[in-house]
Amino acid sequence: MLQIEVSNVHKSFKDVQAVRGLSLAIRAGEFVALLGPNGAGKTTLVEMMEGLRKPDKGEIRIQGKTWQKHENELRKIIGLSLQETRFPEKLTVRETLRLFASFFGLDEERVQEVIEWTGLESKHKSMTGTLSGGQRQRLALAVALLNRPQILFLDEPTTGLDPHSRLDLWNILKALKDGGETTLILTTHYMEEAESLCDHIIIIDEGKILQEGRLEDLLNEKARNLDELFIQLTGKTLNDHSEGEK
Amino acid sequence: MKTLKNKQLYQLTLTQFLETIREPEVLFWGIIFPVLISIGLGLAFTQKSESKFSIILVENPPAELDSLLHSYAQLEAVKGKEIWSWKVKDNILGHTEFKFERNDWQSAIVALKRGEADIIISDSVGKMQYHFDPYNSQAQLAYMKLSALVQSPKTSNTTIVVPVAPLTLKGVRYIDFLVPGLIAFGIMSSILWGVSYTLIERRSQKLLRRMVATPMKKSYFLFALMFVRILMNFVEALILFFFAWLLFDIQIQGNIGALLVLFMAGNIAFTGIAVLVSCRTSKTEVGTGWINAVQMPMMILSGVFFSYHNFPEWSIRIIKLLPLTALADGIRSIFNEGAGWMEIMTPSVALSVFGALCFVIGMKFFKWY
Repeated sequence: MLQIEVSNVHKSFKDVQAVRGLSLAIRAGEFVALLGPNGAGKTTLVEMMEGLRKPDKGEIRIQGKTWQKHENELRKIIGLSLQETRFPEKLTVRETLRLFASFFGLDEERVQEVIEWTGLESKHKSMTGTLSGGQRQRLALAVALLNRPQILFLDEPTTGLDPHSRLDLWNILKALKDGGETTLILTTHYMEEAESLCDHIIIIDEGKILQEGRLEDLLNEKARNLDELFIQLTGKTLNDHSEGEK
Repeated sequence: MKTLKNKQLYQLTLTQFLETIREPEVLFWGIIFPVLISIGLGLAFTQKSESKFSIILVENPPAELDSLLHSYAQLEAVKGKEIWSWKVKDNILGHTEFKFERNDWQSAIVALKRGEADIIISDSVGKMQYHFDPYNSQAQLAYMKLSALVQSPKTSNTTIVVPVAPLTLKGVRYIDFLVPGLIAFGIMSSILWGVSYTLIERRSQKLLRRMVATPMKKSYFLFALMFVRILMNFVEALILFFFAWLLFDIQIQGNIGALLVLFMAGNIAFTGIAVLVSCRTSKTEVGTGWINAVQMPMMILSGVFFSYHNFPEWSIRIIKLLPLTALADGIRSIFNEGAGWMEIMTPSVALSVFGALCFVIGMKFFKWY
């Protein structure tokens, strides 16, 4: 069964075309990486899939349903972590999780489960304002996992993290993958992240899909890794662009 | 209790409350600052204080004044300067002290500019010539008191001699005027900063976007934000009233039920304004500008610290239309004039309708992300 269908979607901001006629399909249980440099249109595409932005043209269906008609229903089955969300600094980790758990009618037991799952036991009484970057990302992931989402969207979850914190987060996601009940859509510009976590990789630049497929199908003698493949496709490296993501 | 804990309205209200009370600035500006203001201004305007005026004598003092100073004033040396001090006792209006210092014209002007002197006196063919800004009320008062004293130095009168019957009725003191104004101002300030700023800040932190990406009910979120703010306003007003009662024996002479209704109407009005102000922007700098643009004119014009009847006649009609004016006047009428339901009906309805209108317009343009 297809979890997500994106058909010929366009999105522009003033005179910038962020997404240009993009189509894709994601199956249940797949871990998919949207790989591309800053400004490629990854965040815009994911936010449209999350129902936070409306496409100018085209259609997006989640489990065959549109956001326009089934928003309440779809909000219950997705989990997400946005780029740069700051949780209220004067609330503890547990209070923040309790707040978000209440939106799904979940109890303390589930809050405790995600605290353990994301390794935040020692920080559950800490104010979120005192957390490190890695701990904040784990909290964002914990919030996203509260409702046992069928579809999880993570927008650059490890950007700005040190290698150790990044590895911690990857381990949590790998454990989630082993569970086999969640479909993950992850945006990143780190090729190692896409390679180590995802079954299906979609390479995006300038709002268009350049290539997609399983890692082993994408690589060949000329492109031995994703960075080389990206250079082959665009003539530039993944971290070439300095402007912010749209 | 277990099921209540899972309810989003309960959690939204609880977390909003925790965030508010964990912010030390909120406690200072919302509770301690208004109490300090009322104590400071209350003491300044309700205690019999000594009026002090500083007079600079340029060139040679007029002979008329020179002889009076020698007869009634005392010569003191302060920081190497000779200063004549003329003290006049008045048990009804408070004591007055004039301090006379000799200086040249240039230095006298500098002292006037710095506010170190109220009046300059020069000699005009043996007579006193007063120099001061006629629009400066302190200088005007110094002139009136001194000129009256010079005319009858023996009786030591600094005012025209007519009988004065001091009014000591409750409700006519400055503190009786001030405290209701401060309560009204507290409601406006607390809601504009507490609701508008919180919404803008959360939008800028993408927290609003994160929250609406869940099944959270938006109406619950707004309700919790407003409920906690109104609750805090109630506590703040109660604390301010308690101190005013303890220190100045402030009384509520009118109907307390009517006061509560008016209090709620004020909260509704400013909540509506707060939502309208914060409906679009996600930049806290822009939001701060908007909040100040709404708050500052009302703080100055609406009669919080002094009566708006000091403003030109044509402007009073407009000032009376401001929500803070309606609220401050209404609370004042209940505190000091014994007003009841009938008197507060119009301002309460007007404030509520205005607030609801602003809220509806604000929600129409509201940007959650």
